[in-house]
Amino acid sequence: MALRIGCCAPPGKAPGNKTGSWRIYLPVIDGETCTLCGNCVLICPETAIEEVEGEIVVDLDYCKGCGLCAEECPTEAISMELEEK
Amino acid sequence: MLQIMEGSHAIAEAVRLCRPEVVSAYPITPQTHIVERLAEMVADGDLNAEYICVESEFSALSACLGASAAGSRVYSATSSQGLILMAEVVFNVAGMRQPIIMSIANRALGAPLSIWNDQQDSIALRDSGWFQLYGEDVQEMTDQHFIAYKAAERHDILLPGFVCFDGFILSHTYEPVDIPNQEDIDAYLPKYVPYNMLDAKDPISMGMYATPEYYHEFRYEIDQAMMRSAAALSEAGKEFGEIFGRDYSEHVVPYRMDDADVAFVAMGSICGTIKDAIDEMRTDGIKVGLVKIRTYRPFPEKEIAKALGGVSAVAVLEKNVSIGSAMKGAVGPEILHALNGTGIGVYSYVAGLGGRDIRKKDIRAMADLAAQGKGNMFYGLREEVL
Amino acid sequence: MVDKSLELFDCGHRACGGCGPALAAKLILKGAGEDTIIVASTGCMEVFSTPYPETAWKVPWIHSLFENAAAVASGIEASLKHNNRTEKVVCVCGDGATFDIGMLCISGAFERGHDITYICYDNEAYMNTGIQRSGATPYDASTTTTPAGKLSTGNTRPKKDLPQILASHGASYVATASVAYPMDLMKKVEKAVNTPGSCYIQIHAPCSTGWGFEGGKTIEMGKMAIECGLWVNYELENGRLVKAKKVQRVPVEDYLKAQKRFRHLFKPAPLTDEIAKIQAIADANAEKYGIDIKLKE
Repeated sequence: MALRIGCCAPPGKAPGNKTGSWRIYLPVIDGETCTLCGNCVLICPETAIEEVEGEIVVDLDYCKGCGLCAEECPTEAISMELEEK
Repeated sequence: MLQIMEGSHAIAEAVRLCRPEVVSAYPITPQTHIVERLAEMVADGDLNAEYICVESEFSALSACLGASAAGSRVYSATSSQGLILMAEVVFNVAGMRQPIIMSIANRALGAPLSIWNDQQDSIALRDSGWFQLYGEDVQEMTDQHFIAYKAAERHDILLPGFVCFDGFILSHTYEPVDIPNQEDIDAYLPKYVPYNMLDAKDPISMGMYATPEYYHEFRYEIDQAMMRSAAALSEAGKEFGEIFGRDYSEHVVPYRMDDADVAFVAMGSICGTIKDAIDEMRTDGIKVGLVKIRTYRPFPEKEIAKALGGVSAVAVLEKNVSIGSAMKGAVGPEILHALNGTGIGVYSYVAGLGGRDIRKKDIRAMADLAAQGKGNMFYGLREEVL
Repeated sequence: MVDKSLELFDCGHRACGGCGPALAAKLILKGAGEDTIIVASTGCMEVFSTPYPETAWKVPWIHSLFENAAAVASGIEASLKHNNRTEKVVCVCGDGATFDIGMLCISGAFERGHDITYICYDNEAYMNTGIQRSGATPYDASTTTTPAGKLSTGNTRPKKDLPQILASHGASYVATASVAYPMDLMKKVEKAVNTPGSCYIQIHAPCSTGWGFEGGKTIEMGKMAIECGLWVNYELENGRLVKAKKVQRVPVEDYLKAQKRFRHLFKPAPLTDEIAKIQAIADANAEKYGIDIKLKE
């Protein structure tokens, strides 16, 4: 592949780096307690959480397992569990 | 039509004709008259450009980089300390492949402080990835601005360039000069078409960082573009000649070299003095010639080797010093490399630093020294340091 | 109004888990919108978000050097103005680039009054090079260039008041914000980019690696800083204080204790004099910005 002159690139290639491999603890969401307030979606520094059809979904390809979502969940609906790999 | 004009003002006229959209510069002697004149043109509506009055040369070139990245043709000018202050940006602009043209009114570097001419400033940045053109007189340095933009902006080049000329000696001298008309320049140099550009409709990231997997290749590509720029500058110089009657297709210009025994190599206004000295020496039967370097980066090695073939010794007049080097001057080693294997002696003479006059008798003395195989020295030192 | 549901900061970037600056980048873009050109300084954010060819930025983005973002932005703004373009120019730079090495360019740009928004993501030290002190490092923080030791309690000087310095340049809008309050942050960014002239926002962006806390606590750390008065969220319009977030202030101890960079103030024995000096900084902030909620007796 030819390099783009001046070390430039269009968006789109960052997701090629699957940061989910860094994760030790996995966020587990309790659908019963979750109120879909959207706080976790807003604050996830990885943009790895979204609401899909009334459910909070974590993209495990990118979630680094930092636990910010769990710490900040107003209804404590997210728990961090040691992930078995 | 020839007009009598100060060198700086002739450059300002050339820049106006190139229609830069953004001009940013900081005052420094002996460059200041250029940007003062450009500011007047903007104030009077004669140049439709944004003139950014920055707080330093460092910001001047940084602002130019931003404007260029946003898609504008831009211009700056500086000298000496100003160029060295912006050095970090100078390298950056080349790496980001922005075709910015900057005039350099060559001036010595401190310490000690000196406002007078030599070429240490631009030569110190020879490895930065900007091409470097040197003018001998007001007409040449003025015309070189058109050629520089034309070559720099080609999408197979995309490199910035210096147009260098001796501070005071050319920047403040009145000479007859032909300033082209706008219509002809518009045809020669159409509106700038950027290659990479900041645009919300087509976003890209510019100036990303490169890991060791890529960095090497990016530097290689800058060098490749620089080597290609030799042809681009030559073509731009030829086309300029076809339209305006002054041909700049050659990177080196020989003077009375046909049967020369000793040849001078030099850049800039000193070539005029050397030519006069050569004429005198020729009258006395001394076979001396000159090879003037117009394009210092990319270095025109083949052309230089060809022009110097057949001489017995080369005297490189260096208005610079590479402190601690064997030859003392920066240009000499490259001439030596060009003549590798020919057995021709190459000798550097560091002269004219900080505005010291170089007279015809000095040229004659250097020719003598070269014929005797003596050189690689500071020429003409005051006795008290010897 | 910009569409704040747009995600303009891509996944796959290489920031540490729970990174305050990464969250700041995401929220800044939500506040500024897609019609924005970002000018970055060299630093942590630049490095974790743009290793060639993997950029996390979905808007036009440029990085030149450590210290020249404000000058590069000046040139971009001039070019846009010349061509009647409407993109907003937003610098996003770290505190080292802003408080220290970039001051010359920032001062020049603000004095000239370019229509740009300069945002400092303030994680209070040079994190990219390994946690060295900057002009934004708070008093007594231990960094690798101001290490606490037998003869030292860490950084010897308080944080430089950069918002005030830029307000004094005539900046039309100056604000502080925190990643701990995302809605407030986005609102301030949106306001700044839509305010003509040079605007400045300083965003408190806790750094788990540099300050020494768990990545999941980034927002909690930001909130604690505000609750104790060591960080104040406020807005200045044309140099006048128009708004400051009020709090029922708590002592600074809990905030300090939660971070490794202040651990030397408590172990092996509490340095009460030093803690009192830090409390005095918080008290002075509270007085200056009037943030204390007065409870009815």
